[in-house]
Amino acid sequence: MRDTRRAEKIAFTGLLLATILVVLPVALILFLIVIRGIPALNFEFLFGMPREGMRAGGIFPAIVGTIYLVLGTAIFSIPLGILAAVYLNEYAKKNWLTRLVELAILNLAGVPSIVYGLFGLGLFVTFLGFGASLLAGSLTLAIMTLPVIITSTREALMAVPRSFREVSFSLGASRWQTVRYVVLPNAIPGIITGTILGLSRAAGETAPILFTVAAFYLPRLPQSIFDQAMALPYHIYVLSTQVPNVNPRIQYGTILVLVSMIFILNFVASFIRTRFRKKKVW
Amino acid sequence: MAKIRIENLSFWYDKLQALKKISFQVTEHKILSVIGPANSGKTTFLRVLNRLYELRDNILIEGKVWLDGEDIFKLDVQVLRRRVGIVFALPVPLPMSIFDNVAYGPRLHGIRAKSKLGEIVEKALQAAALWDEVKDRLNTSAYKLSGGQQQRLCIARTLAVEPEVILYDEPCSGLDPISTLKVEEAMQQLKKDYTQILVTNNVKQAARVSDETAFFLMGELVEIGETRQLFTSPRDKRTEDYITGRFG
Repeated sequence: MRDTRRAEKIAFTGLLLATILVVLPVALILFLIVIRGIPALNFEFLFGMPREGMRAGGIFPAIVGTIYLVLGTAIFSIPLGILAAVYLNEYAKKNWLTRLVELAILNLAGVPSIVYGLFGLGLFVTFLGFGASLLAGSLTLAIMTLPVIITSTREALMAVPRSFREVSFSLGASRWQTVRYVVLPNAIPGIITGTILGLSRAAGETAPILFTVAAFYLPRLPQSIFDQAMALPYHIYVLSTQVPNVNPRIQYGTILVLVSMIFILNFVASFIRTRFRKKKVW
Repeated sequence: MAKIRIENLSFWYDKLQALKKISFQVTEHKILSVIGPANSGKTTFLRVLNRLYELRDNILIEGKVWLDGEDIFKLDVQVLRRRVGIVFALPVPLPMSIFDNVAYGPRLHGIRAKSKLGEIVEKALQAAALWDEVKDRLNTSAYKLSGGQQQRLCIARTLAVEPEVILYDEPCSGLDPISTLKVEEAMQQLKKDYTQILVTNNVKQAARVSDETAFFLMGELVEIGETRQLFTSPRDKRTEDYITGRFG
């Protein structure tokens, strides 16, 4: 009796330690970023142009660039990803070809982001002649995000009970009517959540935008989709490694802005998820 | 008059044969019950009649089924499913209001006018003996209803597309005796307008509600006949064993 109780205690302590080990680094990193980043935040930093070789002034172009890139990624990846997932899950017959496609999508999600960057450089920048531009960068990020969106959309679709589809079909619905009126309305929360998480990952990526869009120093806003743009992740990289004598406050401030943007996206995603989970009835 | 004629119907899931050369007729405006132990092909048989089996891959089907003299495999599948409705074993309300559940089918087929939909919904709920219980809360979620009410809602939903034939796949398996009675009463009410086929595990239910009874065993049709005759003097030894509870 005493032995089992002691074993339980040891196990609990072990589990607790493991949890702390996981949480601690994250908490420390966030703590440092917030503490050291907050002093940098002011109106000029958020809405001003960089000055003195990025050693002073603001990061407005990088914030705007990242927002444009996330929007561009969303425009290209969301419709394509959702349609592909609906096709794979609701229309395609289960055969070797669909299994191959599924396997390919899973593997694409594991490809290192620098590979996407080089692919984007080859296809969009050079071959299609878009040059380093918002268009090329958005497309590259979109391709990187697609597997995430497809996978999470499929999971959301699969979570809709099969019996709902049977009921719809049994009442004479076509496949599209079933998808439109029964499957999608019940899968939407999961789709939105997965999509936002995919986009928030894209927002923080550096490698895919390195050769396809990111400008080292561009103290103005992009005027068209064929313009280069600054972006927060690359700007952080530049500030930390390429520019000598940067005030660390600016580095931390920039990181804080990027982390906050991603945080907000993730928060929206989990808000939608819990909100709809409460409403779920089956 | 024969509403449905089945000729040499065989069915395979992959290599597993679920139906073996079944032939018989279903009379119009009668209730036919199909009884038999588990895995005897009863549910598969229902799923052939409205071609719901098509949702699965790797199946093979042979033989003919005629609905009013028309080959069901040549009919447009959406038209067929409107003419041959089904009520499943467990009530599956869609996650929407009571009204929207019943109006789902008519809306699919292009009926949009609110007044017309209201009329159809009321008629269907009345026919399924549910109207009095839900008329004041049509806009609440269908999941607020009890199990028995949900099943009658599903019947109403099937009726709302005005089918000619209604299939029931063990519709009372999850219901208490009083709810079961209500569903059975609804079926009796519907007899004058519909041909009904009831698959059931409950032999007594078959004896209570149906005009004719078919006994399936291992994918074969062992015997079919007038319900009273089949229950009092079965021709086949296996039928007798089953209905007297010696197996199954």
